[in-house]
Amino acid sequence: MESLIMILIGVLVTVGTYLILSRNLIRVILGTAVLSHAVHLLILTMGGLKKGVVPLLSQSEGPFTDALPQALILTAIVISFATTAFLLVLAYRTYKTNGSDDLQELRGMSDE
Amino acid sequence: MKINDVILRTVVKGVVFIILTLGVYLFFSGHNAPGGGFIGGLVLGSGIVLLYITYDLETVHRKMPFDFKKVAGLGVLLATGSAIGAIFFDAPFLSQTDAYFTFPVIGEKHLTTVTIFEAGVALTVIGTLVTIILSISEDE
Amino acid sequence: MNNLLVLPLIIPIITAVILVFLREQVILQRIISIVTMVFISIISFLLLNTVQTEGILRLDFSGWLPPFGILFVGDSFSIILVLTASIITSICLLYAFSTIGDRHEKMFFYPFVLFLIAGVNGSFLTGDIFNLFVCFEVMLLASYVLVALGGRKKQLRESLKYVLINVVASWMFLIALAFLYGTVKTLNMAHIAVRVAEAGQDPLLTTVAILFLVVFSLKAGLLLFFWLPGSYSVPPTVVQALFAALLTKVGIYALIRTFTLMFPLNQDVTHTIIGVMAGITLIAGCMGALAGRDIYTIATYNVIIGVGFILIGLAVGTEASLTGAIYYLIHDMLAKALLFLLVGMVFFVSGESIVKKMNGLIQNYPLFGWIYFLVMLALAGIPPLSGFMGKVLIGQGAIETGSYVLLALSFASSIIVLYSLLRIFLASFFGESTISFEDRKPIPKGAYLAFVLLAISIVYVGVGAESIAIYVKDAARTLMNPSIYIDAILKG
Repeated sequence: MESLIMILIGVLVTVGTYLILSRNLIRVILGTAVLSHAVHLLILTMGGLKKGVVPLLSQSEGPFTDALPQALILTAIVISFATTAFLLVLAYRTYKTNGSDDLQELRGMSDE
Repeated sequence: MKINDVILRTVVKGVVFIILTLGVYLFFSGHNAPGGGFIGGLVLGSGIVLLYITYDLETVHRKMPFDFKKVAGLGVLLATGSAIGAIFFDAPFLSQTDAYFTFPVIGEKHLTTVTIFEAGVALTVIGTLVTIILSISEDE
Repeated sequence: MNNLLVLPLIIPIITAVILVFLREQVILQRIISIVTMVFISIISFLLLNTVQTEGILRLDFSGWLPPFGILFVGDSFSIILVLTASIITSICLLYAFSTIGDRHEKMFFYPFVLFLIAGVNGSFLTGDIFNLFVCFEVMLLASYVLVALGGRKKQLRESLKYVLINVVASWMFLIALAFLYGTVKTLNMAHIAVRVAEAGQDPLLTTVAILFLVVFSLKAGLLLFFWLPGSYSVPPTVVQALFAALLTKVGIYALIRTFTLMFPLNQDVTHTIIGVMAGITLIAGCMGALAGRDIYTIATYNVIIGVGFILIGLAVGTEASLTGAIYYLIHDMLAKALLFLLVGMVFFVSGESIVKKMNGLIQNYPLFGWIYFLVMLALAGIPPLSGFMGKVLIGQGAIETGSYVLLALSFASSIIVLYSLLRIFLASFFGESTISFEDRKPIPKGAYLAFVLLAISIVYVGVGAESIAIYVKDAARTLMNPSIYIDAILKG
């Protein structure tokens, strides 16, 4: 199971890298979103994909799953949610102000 | 062109209540089952966003005259307030407490200060979610 | 348990949120934000003295003992940085009051500065590497907004790049965290140190360490600084000063903490790489500072030179060089904040950023000109100003270990720093002024106050080096002997 998920993570990273290298701004943002999903899966897999019950000590008897990776992923998801939302708004404003969503045209001149 | 959205409007009238109820249910069940402030807040927030999509901004805003930035702010204040409250009782920062109380009609209930913290989280999530959607869709 | 330890993080957050509700009352916003920052400076000073008497402080959140819960740790090193950061932010706020303008103030400028400082303080104080990531993100999100606030064409364009590079860096941070958790099964920094020592830092752990090195180098601007000149030159002056003083320094703090506490065992590999990177950073930064034609470029490349210099102290890795690195870190935070405020003011009064197009500023603004001269001397390391102690001690460490290449590079860079800043001084400040004394644009009083306060701090850190020596020496001692830190966390 771990190997399968690792291959999936590899595919996601490939897709994310491909998207992030393109010139279109929206694709780049989607790329960062895909990359963050890949790393969340990685954290989950690194904790070990064991079968176990919810780690509520008083309610059930072991073996418990490791709750820490899930807590980490939840935090990471919230942060990547905030960052992606900010990026989307920023991209929209940039598109409105600069009139382009092509990163090649957003490079900027050195003599400004 | 005006889109014919009778079906959407009719469905939303019913569905929004189900979504909001589910949000509240998830929020309260979070203490010792899957759920909690973050997820409950997300569901509640998506219900409000659905209202904004179906009816126009002005209509919803007339009925719900909140500045959602301030809702988020209030949420952060609640959460940090419940965390920092522990300092005044000489307990470590973020300490929470709970107790059982007996009420006249509903009987014995388990009350925790975590609920305040979670309410803060929920309000923050609702505020942030709606603010993001509105700030993208507002200028057109 | 010492609940004071969490206040530098939580008070800015609470006041920032309260300020959101006071959007229109600009005067009230100013008062609350400055009072908050002064209060935090006082608290961190108290904490610093407590550390000297009681040893390393620890606060376990909601009473969960390490390594199970999350915690804040205050040793001398982190609290010195919290104190310096809070003082600099207070002074920068003074400058902001008279320069930032109504538009920014009503667009939540002060709340975001407070969020920034909350993230910075949190990063310094946390004893848990995942919380380091979280505090980094709090700081970065606030900085994203501060770069873009104002919404000018150029700002939006540069902030997009700044955000994207940092998103990728944070992504790599998470990968490093995942592999670290997969190998040592803990995230408490002291506990990681114990487990890494037990495992003997095998090649896999060294690889994880190098991944952390890449991540923190991106944040600190060590070698991977290509994003820095662009994004540091677009926001308003105060924000530039705060970024130059705080953001890269958080990366440097993380590097020093990681490679003295958690991964100190394979120094042949990691410290050599840091040394090479620091050397190349110095060379590239010097080239940028020499080639720059406008004042902003020269100032930003000076930030990069500072980063390279401090990390030579880490790469050499003796107690003397680490003491020097901490001294230089304090100096660099103060001096870079002042340098950026001055450079911004040059642009404000002359309306010009190309060095050769200005002249005679010192005739119209004598005090302004001499403060620039002072900070230039401090950055070049002339005694008795603040840069001197750091340079001498890092040099001493480099001689002890025989790293003569780094020694030569670091002192050559000082000369380049002096030359690049002297060029601005000679061209822009000296000479005949084209604007008469009566027609000059007045410098706001608040700005002068900020300049003078920062200049006094620089002189104090230099002349009074003896009086802060006890704190710095304690900090360096703890860094050199990680067991002090580990025992305070896991055996108390």
